Parts: sequence; structure tokens; C-alpha cells
Amino acid sequence: MSNTPVLFVVGATHHTTPLELREKLALPAESLPAVHRDMLTLPGLRELAVLNTCNRVEFYGVAESATAVNGLERAFCERQSIPAETFERIRMFATGDAAVRHLVSVASGLDSQMLGENEIFGQIKSAYADAQTAGATGPILNRVFQKGFQAAKYVRTHTAVSTGHVSIANVAVDLALTIFGSLERARVLLLGAGEIGEKTARAFQSRGARHLTVSSRTQSRAMELASALDAGALPFEHVEHHVAEFDIVVCATAAPHTVVSAAAVAAAMKKRPSQPLFLIDLALPRDVEPTAADREGVFLYNLDDLAKIAEENRAAREAEVDKARAIVVERAGAVWRQISTRFAS
Amino acid sequence: MPHLTDRTWLWMAAACYGAGFVLGTIGVLRERRHSPGLMYAIIGIGYLLQTIGLYVRGRAVGGCPLGNAFELFQFTGWSATTLYLVVGATFRLSLLGYFTSMLAASVSLVALAIPAWDATRRSHIFGGNAWIEFHAALALFSYGVFGLLALTSIMYLLRNYSLKNKRLSGIFSFLPPIVDLDQINVRLLATGVLLLAASLGVGSVYWLQATETVNLTKILMTVGVWIAFCVALVQRWRGALAPKRLAWTCVVLFGAALLSLPFVDASRHPVPDDIARVSRS
Repeated sequence: MSNTPVLFVVGATHHTTPLELREKLALPAESLPAVHRDMLTLPGLRELAVLNTCNRVEFYGVAESATAVNGLERAFCERQSIPAETFERIRMFATGDAAVRHLVSVASGLDSQMLGENEIFGQIKSAYADAQTAGATGPILNRVFQKGFQAAKYVRTHTAVSTGHVSIANVAVDLALTIFGSLERARVLLLGAGEIGEKTARAFQSRGARHLTVSSRTQSRAMELASALDAGALPFEHVEHHVAEFDIVVCATAAPHTVVSAAAVAAAMKKRPSQPLFLIDLALPRDVEPTAADREGVFLYNLDDLAKIAEENRAAREAEVDKARAIVVERAGAVWRQISTRFAS
Repeated sequence: MPHLTDRTWLWMAAACYGAGFVLGTIGVLRERRHSPGLMYAIIGIGYLLQTIGLYVRGRAVGGCPLGNAFELFQFTGWSATTLYLVVGATFRLSLLGYFTSMLAASVSLVALAIPAWDATRRSHIFGGNAWIEFHAALALFSYGVFGLLALTSIMYLLRNYSLKNKRLSGIFSFLPPIVDLDQINVRLLATGVLLLAASLGVGSVYWLQATETVNLTKILMTVGVWIAFCVALVQRWRGALAPKRLAWTCVVLFGAALLSLPFVDASRHPVPDDIARVSRS
């Protein structure tokens, strides 16, 4: 057995682990300090950081030998009450430069279900901060994470792997920003209180929208969602008369007929000739009469339009994957060479 | 400062603006954003060279260089660039640098490429009166504002087209939000109208003292330009002119204003006996 410490990553990700098993592997956030503390008592384990998201549970660490990693796996399986052979079947394991490469790939969004997504970068930073707070990191992991963050930032800024949104709701928000610049003063009307409408409304709020009004055919549902979103409510039967008061109208009702007519839009634009009106029709059948878009200053996008943009963004991201992976290999290799020197000393 | 002729400085400035335009075109075609600082620096260097060229010309003629069509075009381009260097930094308008370099390069190169425009110039056109010189410079500066307004209007029309036709990639991805462009258009329009009004105000004081000194064509053309822009502004404020129509109006009016310059120049004075060869040194 060699006494050279081993930099490793072991865990399970969405690539090999179905959702129902990921649910069993997931560690409750409040348990993480205890996990760090308990695992570090395992023989031969020097440093540890736990990345725990809905798509992955990964342990980054430094161990005195491969045996210590086996001990960590056993302890984790016991803690989560899953058979060791089940974990063996789905586990991802890498050491040395491959472990660094994996970290940089994950932080760059290249290993994510939604290619290039940004959320994972913040999640890794939080995981690292938690490990530091728990006193579980040391000189090796500190260097790996810090250099890994720099490498991931480089990948994101030097390739288009993270550009453009790929979800319908975020594409709609991007378009709104292309029209209004800022959403802070934009008045948003949400028609329909279903899941799609709510997701879109939340996407608007997360990007700065402050003035939100909800209207639904079921008034009680509208009130409920308005309360959840800290928004106003508008009786559904009055919607067409109030279109002029809004800059953005998100239509996501299950109505079998048109909810916003071209005549209502024309009347609204007479009242606001200098201000654009952005209509987002996420409903099937469509809520907005298509000829409403003929009016100057009206920008109407339906589900197909948004899906097409999302698909273009996805394709643009995928076109950059090879370039991004090449950068990951190069940057991770450089980080590993620095770390190796530390190992040697 | 090396002993270069005014036209050499102005050629170098045009080359700089042209380089900015080429760089911007490459960026647009490759769908890659260049550093805004780089475009700003290239236009800044071009501006500096053009300023030196106009200064050398001004020293040679003993006043503001507004004595022929060549000088009027150069001064208009210089004014538009001045505005870009101020407005561009304030509003952080992506692509405005590209369009400005295109306008400045084309106005400069057209003026340089037509020797007849600079073959002769009228000397002592301001009669040694600094106020008249100020009136002329202010009028030309307002034309520069209208030039920049034409650029932001073109950007508005492109953005409107992209949003209406759902074409958001390529050059369109570099364009600013349409509401921002409309706001900038209104501000530039108000600024241009005010500057030209001030210029006309100063000029009218002297015109009333000696009405025979100013050709009617010049008065009709410059006042016509001011009234046209003024009406556009008032209509926009009243909500009677939608942003898209305002943008088209501003582009057309600037084209008309630019085309009127050689006529304004030709009609400023009866062909004088003292037409002097422009000093090239």
C-alpha cells in the first residue's frame, strides 16, 4: 500500500442514478455539518467537501490511501440505508487529475442535466464554504477548489456554453429585457394560475419585476397565487379593458377560446401609442388572437416561438461543448500539476 | 507635432474610423463581441486626428473651418463623433460605436474623395464676428447631433424588425433594448432642436440688422430643417408620432439635412471675388 495521499471524488450523479435513488442518496442540508464531522473521523481521511444537489451527491477529499475511500463509501451507505452493492453499481469515482477535471467540468456546467446552467457554480461554492466552516478542508482541497473555480469561470467566459437561456420561462424574460431593458418598472399581468404561468411569473420576479398582477378564470386560485407571489389580483372578466395598463401580458390559461382579442390589443395601443406591449402566449389553444401582433408596438410570442429560441440557445451551447471540454482538460491539467507538486512535498 | 497638412490628418482620421468599421463588421459577422473599450479607443484616436486636422485648417484660414462643403461635412462628422464619445459612454449602447465609425468614415471619406468640394473656399465668411462664427459652429454641431440621432434611429428600426420577425441572433443580438433606444432618440432629438434653435436665434439677431447679407435659400433650408425636427419632437411628445415613425422621420430628415449642406454652402454668399485657394499647408 502506498503512503502517497490520494485526491479523489466519489459519488453518484444523474448520469447513472435514477431520480428515486437520488432521493435516497440526498443529504438533508441541516445534516451536512454532522456529515463532515463524522466522516473526518474515518481512518485515513484527511480532507473532505460534500457537494449535495438534486442531481448529484459527491464527496471530494484527500485520503491517505484508497482504503480510506472505501471506508467513506461504506459509512455513507450506512447513513443513507442503501445496500453497498447498489451504490457500487451507480457510483462515480475518479482520482488525481481526473478528479480535478471532474470538478472543473461540474463547475462549468458541462456535467449538468441542463448544459451550461449557472446554478451549479453557486452550489459548489456553497459546498466549499460549508466544508471550510466545518473545518473539513485543508491545503490540498483549498487549492483544488480555488483553482477549480478560476478554471470554471474561464470556461464560462471564453466559450458560449452558458449563453442564452434554454427554459421557456427564462427565454420569455430575456425577450422582455430585450424590449424594456429593465423589468423594475414593467407592469406584468399573468393570465392563468397554473404551473407554467406561475413558473414564468417567478422567473420575471427573479429578474427584477416588481409589479405583478394575477388574473384567472377561477378567482380563488388567482387570489391564492397572487398572495403567494406577493402580487395584485384582477377579476378575469375585466382583463380586456385593462390591457393598456400593462407592459407585459403572460397568457397561460386553459381557456378553450381566445382570451385577449386583437380588438382589445388595438384599443390598448391607442391608449399607449408610445409604449410597447409584450404579449407572451404560453397557452394551448392560444389565448391571444394572432392578428394582435399586426399592431405597431405589439410584440407577440407564442409557445412555438419561445421553444424555437430555447432550442437555438441549446444548440449554440452544444456547439461549444468540445471547445469547453478542451479548455477543461488544459486548465485542470495545469491545476493538477500544481497540486502534484504539493503532494510530492 | 509633425508638419503634416490638414488633409493628411483628416485622411488618417478617416482611416481610423474605417478601421473601427471593419473591426465592428468582423465582430458582427463572427457574432463575437469586441471589447467596447477597443472601439471607443479607435474612435477616440480618429477623433483626436480629426480634431488636429480641423485645428490645422482653422489656423490656416484664421477661424472656424466652415468655408466650403468639405469643411462642413468634416465638421458634421466631428460633431457626431463628439456626441458619441459622450453619449456612448453614458448609455453604454452596444453597436453605437460601430455605427458611429461607419458614419464618421463615410462622411469623412466622401468629403475627402470629392476634390471639388475643397478646391475653393470663401474667406472671411464671418466678417471677423465671433458670434456669427459661433452661430455657424452651433448649427453644424446640431447637425452632428441629428447624425447620431439617425444612427440610434436605424438601431431602433433594426431592433423593431428583429423583435417583430423573431430574428434575435447575429447582428440583432448586439442591439440595445428597444425602449432604451426610443428614450435616447427623444433626448437626442430634443438636444438637436435646442442647439439649432440657439444657433438660429444668434443668427437671426445679425440677419435682422442686415437682411441682405443672408441668402433666402440658406434661411429656408436651415429653418426648414429646424421646423421639421421640431414638429417631429412635438408630435412625439403629444403621442401622435409612434416611436417607429419617429425613427423613420429622423433618418429621412437627417438625410435631407445632409443633402442640403452643399446648397446651404453655395447660397451663403453671392460668389465672391475673393474666392481663395485653400491653404494646404
